[in-house]
Amino acid sequence: MIKFVLMVNQQGQTRLSKYYEPVELSKRAALEAVAVRCCLSRGKHQCSFVEYKDFKLVYRQYAALYVVVGVSDSENELSIYELIQNFVEVLDKYFSRVSELDIMFNLDSVHIILDEMIQNGHIVETNKSRILAPLTAIDKMADG
Amino acid sequence: MSDVVEKTLTALPSLLSLDSQPGSAKLSSNSKLGNLIRGITELTSKHEEEKLIQRELLLIKEQVSSPNTTMRQMKELMVRAIYCEMLGYGVSFSYIHAIKLAQQGNVLEKRVYLAVSLFLNEGHELLLLLVNTVLKDLQSTNLIEVCMALTVVSQMFPKDMIPAILPLVEEKLNHPREIIRRKAVLALYKFYLIAPNQVQHIHNKFRKALCDKDPGVMSASLHIYLQLIQENPEGYKDLAPSFVTILKQVVGGKLPMDFNYHSVPAPWLQIHLLRILSLLGKNDQTSEIMYEILDESLRRAEMNHNITYILYECVKCIYTIHPKSGLLEKAAKCIGNFVLSPKINLKYLLKALTYVVQQDPKLALQHQMTIIECLDHSDLIIKRETLELLFRITNDQNVTVIVEKMLDFLRISEDDHTTIDLVGKVAELAEYAPDNEWFIDTMNTVFSLGGDLLQPDIPNSFLKLLSEFDSVEEDKKLRLFAVNSYISLLQGDSSKLPQRFLQVICWVLGEYSHLREDLEPGVVVRLLAKLLDMKSSSSETKCWVLMAMTKLCPGGAALALVHDVSETYSSSLDTMLRQRAQELQILSQDSELQAKVLPRSASMEPVEVDSSLSFLDGFVSEALAAGAAPYKPPHQRQEELSRSKLNLEPYGLSLPISISSCSITDRQSPTLLSISSGLSGDSTDFSHKGSTALKLDGVKRLWGRDGYLAQKEQTEEAPRIEAASAVRSADQLGDNNALNSQTPNPTPSPECDQEKQQLASSLFVGLASQSTPAELSALSHSKVTLLFSKQNLDVSACHVQKEDSVVLVVFISNCSDSFLHQIRLQVDSEELETEEYGAMWLAFSHDTKQNLTLIHDGRDPLAATLDVLKRKLQLHVVEIIVEAIVACCLQQDQPCLMHCRMHAGMLAVWLRSPVPDLPDCLLYCCQ
Repeated sequence: MIKFVLMVNQQGQTRLSKYYEPVELSKRAALEAVAVRCCLSRGKHQCSFVEYKDFKLVYRQYAALYVVVGVSDSENELSIYELIQNFVEVLDKYFSRVSELDIMFNLDSVHIILDEMIQNGHIVETNKSRILAPLTAIDKMADG
Repeated sequence: MSDVVEKTLTALPSLLSLDSQPGSAKLSSNSKLGNLIRGITELTSKHEEEKLIQRELLLIKEQVSSPNTTMRQMKELMVRAIYCEMLGYGVSFSYIHAIKLAQQGNVLEKRVYLAVSLFLNEGHELLLLLVNTVLKDLQSTNLIEVCMALTVVSQMFPKDMIPAILPLVEEKLNHPREIIRRKAVLALYKFYLIAPNQVQHIHNKFRKALCDKDPGVMSASLHIYLQLIQENPEGYKDLAPSFVTILKQVVGGKLPMDFNYHSVPAPWLQIHLLRILSLLGKNDQTSEIMYEILDESLRRAEMNHNITYILYECVKCIYTIHPKSGLLEKAAKCIGNFVLSPKINLKYLLKALTYVVQQDPKLALQHQMTIIECLDHSDLIIKRETLELLFRITNDQNVTVIVEKMLDFLRISEDDHTTIDLVGKVAELAEYAPDNEWFIDTMNTVFSLGGDLLQPDIPNSFLKLLSEFDSVEEDKKLRLFAVNSYISLLQGDSSKLPQRFLQVICWVLGEYSHLREDLEPGVVVRLLAKLLDMKSSSSETKCWVLMAMTKLCPGGAALALVHDVSETYSSSLDTMLRQRAQELQILSQDSELQAKVLPRSASMEPVEVDSSLSFLDGFVSEALAAGAAPYKPPHQRQEELSRSKLNLEPYGLSLPISISSCSITDRQSPTLLSISSGLSGDSTDFSHKGSTALKLDGVKRLWGRDGYLAQKEQTEEAPRIEAASAVRSADQLGDNNALNSQTPNPTPSPECDQEKQQLASSLFVGLASQSTPAELSALSHSKVTLLFSKQNLDVSACHVQKEDSVVLVVFISNCSDSFLHQIRLQVDSEELETEEYGAMWLAFSHDTKQNLTLIHDGRDPLAATLDVLKRKLQLHVVEIIVEAIVACCLQQDQPCLMHCRMHAGMLAVWLRSPVPDLPDCLLYCCQ
């Protein structure tokens, strides 16, 4: 099960966070800080999975931005690793060449995309065009 | 896999810097969100950020409550609030406005529905206010509104209000648009998760969703089924063929193209289906229908290196369902190949190997070199997974090596959770303890490394084990060893020892230090008193110290110390400590009472306790008559005593440590173990000498297209024991067994390989089954004892009683599945110096003595006899000193030393070897 999805940059600033298990607001900042420290400390020769407390972190780096997903021990880490890539590809398709700024300035859209893909800690949709369908429909209405 | 995209993304770092961003231009410079973000990114300190956000929050607060704020502005305010909350600042004041916006806004502004799901968690009271909005939106003709409502519902909804919207959601299951049907199914899934009984009556609708013509709706329904099957696999066996068919279609590429991810058809859907199948096929014959598609999945995974994440799930499934041997092997091989890959993430597939070895530890043999490589990997998580795997193949022969590896890891691990987990595992493995010393030493390390993170049941069951040992002799040895080890620990620097460990030490010393006769109780008391003075000692530990002192109760000088101590603590603020101190005071003064309360000799017998305290009845009634208040049990009283904390009966819980496994009835097993551990670490003097001086024969496995290739063939040295007629038949048997072609083909391999192989042989010892050949099974024979094993070869021996003779049979068996092409049998003699000989002689424990008749053929009878022995046993004479002859026989890397002496016309021969059966075997040949 997926516990949370984070997007954090190298300076440790959170760009996106979504929790699928209730975590107190006060504890989130500490958790995010530790998560990004875990990921930053790892080199290229180390694998993209880190053990953290009773769960695992799966991370992927895109330029200065890290996508970090916390999963329970029973989850297939490799499939989450691919899911991150899929998520970024979807963002890339929507923003046509996504950047950290797109994510910052369009936080609501990124959340809508994420909500289409993951619900209750489970992967619910991975088909790119279907993930984007509701969001593009809203955008069309806004334009029209 | 996704390298292409990854490259495009990483190749554009300039895009990610703030200045050259076209995206920022899109935002009007006076956009408030833009300003906020810009403001935050320009900040340098946390303090500044806090100030900025507080200002921002005040602004938002003011605007949201202002009646003039338009819905459009409100939407922007909500996004800003989300932003602030993401940075860790509470925005609870805006929750109600988010709900209001969802209620009143038009479609465009409603997208902040999402704010609701971000702000509120399940069970939040404000959620109730959402019900009406959801109801209205579900009835809307606007698809987007319906969609958004369903998305929110499938993330959170008040449990009690489900019946209000259930009919509407059900209705949506028949909606012409797939997206609505899909979201309706997901909403039902949510309902099932939070209130299964509310949706019990619509299980047939789930089936309908499973059969939906749209693959998206079908895959959404799988979430419900995975959950249902997890709870009750029996109830859904009939669906197994359907799931198999679906998987076949997905794997076969029957889905529309847009479901593909990097030209793999719907990988996550495949994973989902595989999980369902493994649940359904567990211990069940329905598995049969799954074999074909699993085989196909494996085949595809083998061809495509980019779908290892499916392979992982596939292997897990194959090893969960009712096993099919061919498939198991194929899966194991496939996984093994990927773990060898230099790609670091593929190494992680090692985790799948854990499932493999759990089913069949023998399969670990195939991958032993891979596993060793992962064990030495620099990445801790890979190491950790490897230990997890080794934990599952531990047996009484490899336990020392595996535990050693685990303790090594523990010493470098910094994560508390890992420490707790591993320490628990080591304590569990101590069950396989080969001997007392090892057991106590290991537990000492467990206690010191585990520190105060240790699960309380570990010390408890350890003490229980100590106190309940069944064999008297072993029992005493174990306790004595523990006492000795703790005394020396306390004599050293005890300030670093964790509290739990100190408590264990106190208890053991209190109970058993009398076993060491040369030890004055006063000495122990003084050592314990040192603990009381330490600042770091907790009051719980001090209680244990005082209890131990009470048990020891010395006379003489230490008595004064005891008085001092009890004096000091009888005025302590801690009631428990005071209680113990007073007990100590009274009992130390009255040795008769002490002997009665704490009888030393009867410590094993259960003490009869009058739990109703009937002997106090008279006292109680007297007191009551005198006007005392009647007794109230503690839970009635308000005052919470810390009494519950200190457990006077600390050995209640138990780990499943079987005591018998620690006792050494079989005198051979510990020594067998000491060899294997000796071989693994080159610190041992002997093994070092042995391995450097020996021809480094071994296997270098290379990776090829067809899998693991044994390119340089395995060469193996093994003792050939030629003996009189009786043994000859054994040799033949041995030949039948494994040695068909014997071609000398020595291939020296690098030193490190040798080390790894030794490690491998010590790790994987005991996994292969040992069985006698059919010809012998009818005859009575002794237990087959493993003499040694190297790589994939095991050499074992047993005595067999035939009609007219006793035969020594040596088995050479191939315990891996790979075919051995050439095996060379040779017996190597080793040149040794006299000093070395002396050192080794002392190191070896198995001693056998025999008198042999000297051969008289005209020459010096000694030389003649030795000549014969030399020929027969391939031994090497080290030195002949006047009357004592020192000879040595080294076979493979299992040496056997021989010491002869002429005495009264006979040749007295002593044989020593670390391998218990070797001297016996050799002596047999000498006769």
